[in-house]
Amino acid sequence: MSNENKEWPLWEVFIRSKAGLDHKHAGSLHAADAQMAIENARDVYTRRMEGISIWVVESKHIHASNPEEAAAFFDPAQDKIYRHPTFYNLPDELKHM
Amino acid sequence: MSSITTLKYTLQLADNVLIMGQRLAAWCGKGPVLEQDIALTNISLDQIGQARSLYQYAALIINNMPAADKAHLFNAPLLQEKINNQHTITEDDLAYLRDAWDFRNCLLVEQENGDWAYTVARSFFFDRFQYLLYAALQKSMDSTLAAIAEKSLKEVQYHIKWASEWVIRLGDGTAISKEKMQQALQARWEYTGELFAMNAIEQAAMQANIGVDVSSLQQAYQQQIEAIVNEASLQMPTAAWMQTGGKNGVHTEHLGYILAEMQYLQRAYPNMEW
Amino acid sequence: MTQVSFEASFQKKIDEEIMIEPQDYMPDEYRKTLIRQISQHAHSEIVGMLPEANWITRAPSLRRKAVLLAKVQDEGGHGLYLYSAAETLGITRDQMLHQLHTGAAKYSSIFNYPTITWADMGAIGWLVDGAAIMNQVPLCRTSYGPYARAMVRVCKEESFHQRQGYEIMLSLAKGTPVQKQMAQDALNRWWAPALMMFGPLDAVSPNTAKSMEWRIKRFTNDELRQRFIDVTVEQIRILGLELPDANIKWNEERGHYDSSELNWDEFWNVVKGNGPCNKERLATRVKAWEDGAWVREAASAYAEKRKTKKAA
Repeated sequence: MSNENKEWPLWEVFIRSKAGLDHKHAGSLHAADAQMAIENARDVYTRRMEGISIWVVESKHIHASNPEEAAAFFDPAQDKIYRHPTFYNLPDELKHM
Repeated sequence: MSSITTLKYTLQLADNVLIMGQRLAAWCGKGPVLEQDIALTNISLDQIGQARSLYQYAALIINNMPAADKAHLFNAPLLQEKINNQHTITEDDLAYLRDAWDFRNCLLVEQENGDWAYTVARSFFFDRFQYLLYAALQKSMDSTLAAIAEKSLKEVQYHIKWASEWVIRLGDGTAISKEKMQQALQARWEYTGELFAMNAIEQAAMQANIGVDVSSLQQAYQQQIEAIVNEASLQMPTAAWMQTGGKNGVHTEHLGYILAEMQYLQRAYPNMEW
Repeated sequence: MTQVSFEASFQKKIDEEIMIEPQDYMPDEYRKTLIRQISQHAHSEIVGMLPEANWITRAPSLRRKAVLLAKVQDEGGHGLYLYSAAETLGITRDQMLHQLHTGAAKYSSIFNYPTITWADMGAIGWLVDGAAIMNQVPLCRTSYGPYARAMVRVCKEESFHQRQGYEIMLSLAKGTPVQKQMAQDALNRWWAPALMMFGPLDAVSPNTAKSMEWRIKRFTNDELRQRFIDVTVEQIRILGLELPDANIKWNEERGHYDSSELNWDEFWNVVKGNGPCNKERLATRVKAWEDGAWVREAASAYAEKRKTKKAA
């Protein structure tokens, strides 16, 4: 008899902290269904007030970029520093922009 | 309003959550799956935390009482001696130095953990009651009790969710789990009647507007339990006779063992700081 | 890319301190070593819950009870993080548990010693968690990404564990004579097993060299063990307890404390299953797992039913 078939599926947990603007990957856990996954996530990953919002998604639904293509994917962004606000020279008198 | 009434009422509330928390703590490291082990521990920690707030308040009441009023509060000689010698009483004195007949928790919470279904059934019946109780206790004229009730209510909201979902999951799971859940509900139901039978302390506390009329909660309780039991496609449990006694200090045999284990260090090495 | 160049680029990453991620190429041996080490670590966390859980219902004050319960719960959490990290390597948690339950996988031998007085809760938190932290902090920079991230979380949470243990020891050491004696007794019993937690001597450690090369490990067993002795001796002095080993002496030349040779015969015997609690610990885990089978099945069945209901 195979054990693996009965194992509860694996879920990825994303938590948004009180001060945080977006959900961040916190870790994984096993749960029988989505409701249980959210509650388990609350018990496992927010014991120290780490979050105020939880997302869960079954791990099998996560698609990741291919590490072999990392260069093609991410290197082109390196020379586009004009996308970053510090690229621009502005007068010191200008306080808020 | 007499401070003895507030004291005794507070102790009764504290005893319930301490014994419940103590029971659930015994699951730690032995749950059916790691995630649920952690969930159950969280509930236990909430309950022990509630017990501490309540015992601390009870200790404060004792420490502020005139000596004559507190000369005969408890049967337990170690504790009563400390009180009579004008020692400052702590939460631990109240939890660790009283014997079973001084405890006023209901019989339900002292029942054994049994298997997962029995543990779920006991929590399901108890947490549902606690929810209704704390909701009403928020309006207590005693501001400390009202504040503890308000804080605890948030915790209990999660507890009832946890227990209810497990009742449904087991009831509507496999044939085996259905049978086990049904059996457990049936076995624990006879301890629910006592929750709503007012004892003298509750009567006095209600008249002083600090306590809750628990008899008035029974109808809502019955309806809420039934709704979940139906959703779980289980039969509503029945009882030919409801067991009572814990709230008057007449306990099942279990409590003596719980206390023997819980209090043993304080008994073997009295009057020490840990 | 050929196999050789895959391996070369893997080792280049390691040397440049670039983390290896689940989908990256990794040599089979690296994967196996990681699975063995991470799962062993996870097993240690959950078996390690038992000697302390043993005392939750008997803790001598409500505060100690709550703290201990929270601490043991954390260990369950740490086991969970670590199992998850290992699962990214292509093994399931059930498979790992199966290895634990059948005795194929090991866990830290320290948990095969009994906790017989309350002071053992102090000694475990202080010495066992202290040794664990010393082992674990370097692992936050280990070469495998998911393992390193799990360890960051573990280390963040561990910091209170050692403190609560030391606080228990401090209360006892400053308490009545019998309490101080209890603390001394616990220190004496846990000292050598805690030192053995760093693993066998480097000279006979079969896995150290490769693990260092792959940056899974960053310090050798003996290095970490010495560091632990050096800091702990000072902590013992602050407690006002006697040193648990008459041969502990400052060695000016080495700049370290010398201490007695450990009883490695006992070590290997406990590893092999002959420790005082090996059978009991394993039996408790197996029983919990078997007793929980119908619960896990019920939850799966319920989830399945709901899915079909939704679809219909």
